[in-house]
Amino acid sequence: MSEKIKKFMYLNRRAPYGTIYAWESLEVVLIGAAFDQDVSLAFIGDGVYQLLEGQDTSESDMKNFSTTYKALGDYDVTKLYVEKESLEERGLTLDDLMPLTWEDEDDDWAEKDSIRLVSRAELADVLDDQDVIYSF
Amino acid sequence: MSTLHTVNKSPFEKNSLADCLGYAKEGSAVLMYEDGVYGAMKGNAVAEKVAAASGVKFYALGSDLKARGISQEKLAEGIEVVDYAGFVKLAVENDKVSAWV
Repeated sequence: MSEKIKKFMYLNRRAPYGTIYAWESLEVVLIGAAFDQDVSLAFIGDGVYQLLEGQDTSESDMKNFSTTYKALGDYDVTKLYVEKESLEERGLTLDDLMPLTWEDEDDDWAEKDSIRLVSRAELADVLDDQDVIYSF
Repeated sequence: MSTLHTVNKSPFEKNSLADCLGYAKEGSAVLMYEDGVYGAMKGNAVAEKVAAASGVKFYALGSDLKARGISQEKLAEGIEVVDYAGFVKLAVENDKVSAWV
């Protein structure tokens, strides 16, 4: 039985460790990825901190789930929108974030960037185009 | 009376840091921990406010910085990194603790 593929957007708005939202979002994304839908993630506000390079929880007694973002490509989750304004407000650039890539099987497994830097206005259009939005 | 102010919320999600800075007097200390450590980064939208707090000494908890990927070079000038023992020492050295939760 084939149903219409829907566009699912997971909107990540919170920093990674102070609350459970970021981790919960990842869990839901990974579950949702099994259902062959069109999945996108967006990182706005403190959500951009989730992708900061070099997270190390060895002295904090918390799980470092940041490595999981690197596995998203293997689950065909290849569209990670990062809002430019949110980075700038926090004094960050793309260079401060983890390099996240996926391999395109339709293009001889070429490695491609998963992160798409977008302006707030551009992201508003992306959100407008979605069927379902989950906010974390 | 010397006061240790503690801030554990992101300055972009709550106004805890801004409120704290409004009340932190000369000679007091501000310790950032948990999501509060984002307030210790250089070049962000609150860095100027932190830098403008004259006579206030700023500290950040090392393990919380490390967990969040905030390395020494990402820290604003004048932020001293402390461990849990340093946290306790600050609490003891000051007359009281004001927690801006």
